[in-house]
Amino acid sequence: MNIKVNGEAVEIESDGLVVTELLKQQKVDMPEMVSVEHNGTILDRAAFETTQVKDGDQVEFLYFMGGGSPLRAN
Amino acid sequence: MNLNESQIERYSRHIILQQVGGPGQEKLMNAKVLVIGTGGLGAPAAFYLGAAGIGTIGLIDGDQVDLSNLQRQIIHFTEDVGRPKVISAKEKINQLNPEVNVVTYETLFTQENALEIIKDYDFIIDGTDSFAAKFLINDACVIGKKPFSHAGILRFDGQTMTHVPGTASYRCVFKNPPPKNAVPTCSQAGILGAVAGMLGTIQAAEALRYIIGIGDLLTNRLLVVDALSMKFRTVAVAPSELDITEFQTYEEVACDLS
Repeated sequence: MNIKVNGEAVEIESDGLVVTELLKQQKVDMPEMVSVEHNGTILDRAAFETTQVKDGDQVEFLYFMGGGSPLRAN
Repeated sequence: MNLNESQIERYSRHIILQQVGGPGQEKLMNAKVLVIGTGGLGAPAAFYLGAAGIGTIGLIDGDQVDLSNLQRQIIHFTEDVGRPKVISAKEKINQLNPEVNVVTYETLFTQENALEIIKDYDFIIDGTDSFAAKFLINDACVIGKKPFSHAGILRFDGQTMTHVPGTASYRCVFKNPPPKNAVPTCSQAGILGAVAGMLGTIQAAEALRYIIGIGDLLTNRLLVVDALSMKFRTVAVAPSELDITEFQTYEEVACDLS
């Protein structure tokens, strides 16, 4: 199947896989660093295991980024 | 307020812009912007806001200038190493533009003082590193109904989005802070100095455009910058039905290395 990951066309051998598998296939080392948007909807982390990615889907991996000043908050 | 002769000359390249003009410049001169963190993002953001003639700039940072900051935090100079960042930044802004009233808060930004501090400002810039601070700023601005600009940077990457009441907030993209120690920080992973400047000046441009009331802000979309391939994209973000009405526990998850 053909999907788009972060705007780039990606061909996946299998037809249909869950987000957790897609993260592995796309070599995302630290999935806990990523927020996933599937066809315009940000997924709950718990839904990574159950959400099926299908032909034509658009997936965005959005990474946590800090940066700036190490200002402490509490 | 009427612009005097020296102000007309100083801000002439703003005033000549059809979308800004004298009235737009006067809006900037009457505006109050709070910059939280005067590091890689806040330093360039605050410098451009000062140059633009923002009437009052608030600076929050409890840190001192470190030699390793100077590669990107361009508001601080070599002779400032060891001095409080907010004092160093205030001096530079006023050397650049003596008309700006700079208010400094050499303190932590906490859920106890957050709402009290932000209530005096028209726009807030998140220039912090820690996720605890980022989520706290988000929640405070949503609760306090304040517009703000989020940005994050890491290595050659950056991202930024703007929230105004009613649009998607940071929690609509990142629901909760990442697990402790999961995300490397700039001090651990590095950052190309100019990338901090790129994102910080985008934040300043968002503040300026919000205050003047022109163009399309980065609302309901996250701008993602990959400065290694030099590609910019925006990802649409839908406002969630999440209702933020009170503070949560903000565990410290990023570095507080100096």
